[in-house]
Amino acid sequence: MVNAVIHILITLLMPPLLLGVINRTKAIFAGRTGPPLFQAYYDLAKLVRKGSVFSDTTSWVFRAGPVVGLAATLAASLLIPLGEHRPPLSFSGDMILFAYLFGLARFCTTAAALDTGSSFEGMGAAREATFACLAEPALFFSLAVLARLSGSLSLTPMLTGTAATSWLSAGASLLLLVGSLFIVLLAENCRVPFDDPNTHLELTMIHEVMVLDHSGPLFGAILYGAALKLFVLGALFTDIALPYATGIPLVDWVLFVIAMLMLAVGIGMVESVMARLRLPKVPQMLAAACILAAFSLLLVLR
Amino acid sequence: MEASTAGPDNPVSLVIAGALLIGASGIPGLFLPKKLDWGQKCASLTVVLGSILGIIGALATLFTERTASYTLVSSLPFGPLEAGIDPLSAFFLLPVFIVSACCAVYGTGYWPASHHPRTAPRLTFFFGMLASSLTLIPLARNGVLFLIFWEIMALSAYFALATDDLEQEVRDASLIYLVATHASTLTLFACFSLLKATAGSFSFPAATALDGTTPLGAAIFVTALLGFGLKAGVMPLHVWLPGAHASAPSHVSALMSGVLIKMGIYGIVRILSFFGMVPPWWGMVLLMAGIVSGILGVAFAVGQHDLKRLLAYHSIENIGIIVMGLGVALIGRGAGLPLLVVLGFGGALLHVLNHALFKSLLFLGAGAVIHEAGTREIDRLGGLGRRMPWTAALFLTGAVAICGLPPLNGFVSELLVYLGFFSGLVQEKGAAAPLLGLAAPALAMVGGMAVLCFVKVFGTVFLGQPRSADAAGCHEPGWAMRGPMLLLAILCAAIGLLPVALPRLLEPALFAWSPQLPFAGIRLAEAAPFGWITLMGLVLLLAILGIGAWLWKRVTDQPRGRAGTWDCGFARPTARMQYTASSFAEMFVNLFAAVLRPRVHPPQVQGLFPGKSAFSSHVPEAVLELVMAPLLAAMDRRFSLARKLQHGRLHLYILYIFVTLALLLAWAY
Repeated sequence: MVNAVIHILITLLMPPLLLGVINRTKAIFAGRTGPPLFQAYYDLAKLVRKGSVFSDTTSWVFRAGPVVGLAATLAASLLIPLGEHRPPLSFSGDMILFAYLFGLARFCTTAAALDTGSSFEGMGAAREATFACLAEPALFFSLAVLARLSGSLSLTPMLTGTAATSWLSAGASLLLLVGSLFIVLLAENCRVPFDDPNTHLELTMIHEVMVLDHSGPLFGAILYGAALKLFVLGALFTDIALPYATGIPLVDWVLFVIAMLMLAVGIGMVESVMARLRLPKVPQMLAAACILAAFSLLLVLR
Repeated sequence: MEASTAGPDNPVSLVIAGALLIGASGIPGLFLPKKLDWGQKCASLTVVLGSILGIIGALATLFTERTASYTLVSSLPFGPLEAGIDPLSAFFLLPVFIVSACCAVYGTGYWPASHHPRTAPRLTFFFGMLASSLTLIPLARNGVLFLIFWEIMALSAYFALATDDLEQEVRDASLIYLVATHASTLTLFACFSLLKATAGSFSFPAATALDGTTPLGAAIFVTALLGFGLKAGVMPLHVWLPGAHASAPSHVSALMSGVLIKMGIYGIVRILSFFGMVPPWWGMVLLMAGIVSGILGVAFAVGQHDLKRLLAYHSIENIGIIVMGLGVALIGRGAGLPLLVVLGFGGALLHVLNHALFKSLLFLGAGAVIHEAGTREIDRLGGLGRRMPWTAALFLTGAVAICGLPPLNGFVSELLVYLGFFSGLVQEKGAAAPLLGLAAPALAMVGGMAVLCFVKVFGTVFLGQPRSADAAGCHEPGWAMRGPMLLLAILCAAIGLLPVALPRLLEPALFAWSPQLPFAGIRLAEAAPFGWITLMGLVLLLAILGIGAWLWKRVTDQPRGRAGTWDCGFARPTARMQYTASSFAEMFVNLFAAVLRPRVHPPQVQGLFPGKSAFSSHVPEAVLELVMAPLLAAMDRRFSLARKLQHGRLHLYILYIFVTLALLLAWAY
């Protein structure tokens, strides 16, 4: 019960911090001071107190998009184990619901983008939906590997307990898997090298260009939802990549938070040393992620 | 289970009474004055009554798990013609009755006799015949009777489909349909003859009575897969399907896509139920066929810009998902893993029902759009959500459901199929494991592409601004069209949110298909997390309501402004500059260009001040145009001599039949 409360609190409070850490890392790499660590919180607090401007073209779909997107991501966050701790809800088949909740979020945010009738937003939505067609199989190949390794059909046994021992027994396979999941993590959260979260008017943008017409509290919901998605998929990644466990609940929570911060630093380093890929290269990169995960599956099936 | 003869208290009487009512529904309309609507209205009322009777009968069969049969006395030389009902038939009857009733009511608004005096009575008659034959096919317990009903279905579907026969496009599509359906029937002749050779009579053998490991068993499996696969639209046997679904009146498309193609699935399921022992390759072949249908079906759908053609390709995709489920079940049966049978077959059956609901909802929604705008061209529409809010919301429900997204019904059946894959991956040690490992990502990819496709359709048709005057002048259709859609949408939501009730419907059918299964001790309710789905659905809805209410309060508390969409400072943006369906899909189509073979006609720009030019792009039916058409043309040349026999003189045809019969008699003695 206490763990469930901590789970929900960390899930609700920590996501914007990840953005702060990423930006601070990038600033240090670039030799800048950078914005404060808690800048994302300030932005959110500002946005919920701001007025909104709605385009004449838009309908209720535009207003519902951010709400459903955030709600679906929140529902998914209840299913993912954080570190060694069980999530509040866990059942056989929850990994499929987990993946499909993000599908629902994507449906609603892309539909909201098309509601503006702008070509910019249309482009962003088309790219988001097209790249997801390639990112989803990579995620499911990874889930298949985890199911086979743990002999279970639920995220909790897949990601807790056995992960550490699996590294010893099927290290090569997990290494491929981690590579694939990292690519999926960056692509799904629209980070460099797939998308640049800092600009939004270039024709090659994905996420930022989809939300051009959103403003005020609804835009805040979008920003928070994006941070939460990064947090949830990041937790999936760190559960496999950094499976430390001591068995003492409090220490494990601290370890989890440290692992997430390390992931944020890692993402910041990737963003600092890499440029964004040209758009036609993105599908190739995602196909590579699929193939990595498929090889990983072959290794555990052998 | 007990077998009983028919009596007034027997569910089969109700179902047959319903079927006969539906079949006769169109007859009065043929003799009434053609300008009046009430022949059509009576017919739809009769169909609704018949459907209610039928649904009661089917549910009673499922809940009591009874089987019942009639023997029809006939002088035909095929032995006694047996008709009967068991839970498996009853389950397939449910969508038939629900969708028939909805489409019949919808038809009075969509194709009113007062506007179409020439075609409406004919359409009403053949619609009744089609719906009736669809209810009779699952009742047949004899190969010959099955084929008789099958032909009635095929022909009445042809006439219903060819309603708008003044259009060249409709005539072409009908012809292709006719060729395909007869190819299917011909293959089924072979299938049922082989079955008779194995089982001894045309009567269907009991479930799991035959051995599938013999060569004859393999031949039956292959012919059934081809014959029924043609009807179901499994890639690459789907060539008739997109054109036929696009050209038929929308409520006929809904019936064809929702139910008719499911008869192909029913056929495969029924034939498979006869085999207790199956070799492992059967399940793998089905799983492969399902993966190919699923991925290619939705890939072609993404490339379409004709609203109904696009939905038709999604039928191929969903048939693929159903076949994947059957493949898992068959792998389970072959390898002795009952959990796979429960999950795979349960998922496939539930998807049959679900697809019938959301696909007919989508076709009816598309019909409402076509009825108002007068075009099927997605790129000429836009902004209909403001003009037709009900249709938009109902279409959106169908779109979310068909993408398999929570909290609607598509998710539940896809979850069962996924669980089948993952359980197989965990339990199976044999050759099927890599295929099961490939199937889960394949289905995920199908899901991703379905989202792409339906965001494209919903966004282009209902959101943004109207792209043409046709789209700007649309209005909400009447309740005769809205009501059936609303009912279907409610059913989609009910199955998605309350799947706990499903095992009562699915398990009897499952046990009828696989009678040994109850002894394995695995129940569907324990194998699948139905309670959790309800809980998560409620969590999701509460989160949406809570976040929505709070955010909307924040929005309304602060000043709100209105402005145009951000246009980058461009001075005169027009509605035609919006992203179209074709541009939305362009990136994906180029990625899959090797399979989709898109045709692009770029504009010719010449000189310093180029005049008006045009751009068009199109994804053709590649299998039909690149494989089937050349093949059939070559056959046409090869067999031109034999065509001399076919000259259109009826009396000589009758002579052929007489001579053939005489020769056969001589051969028999």
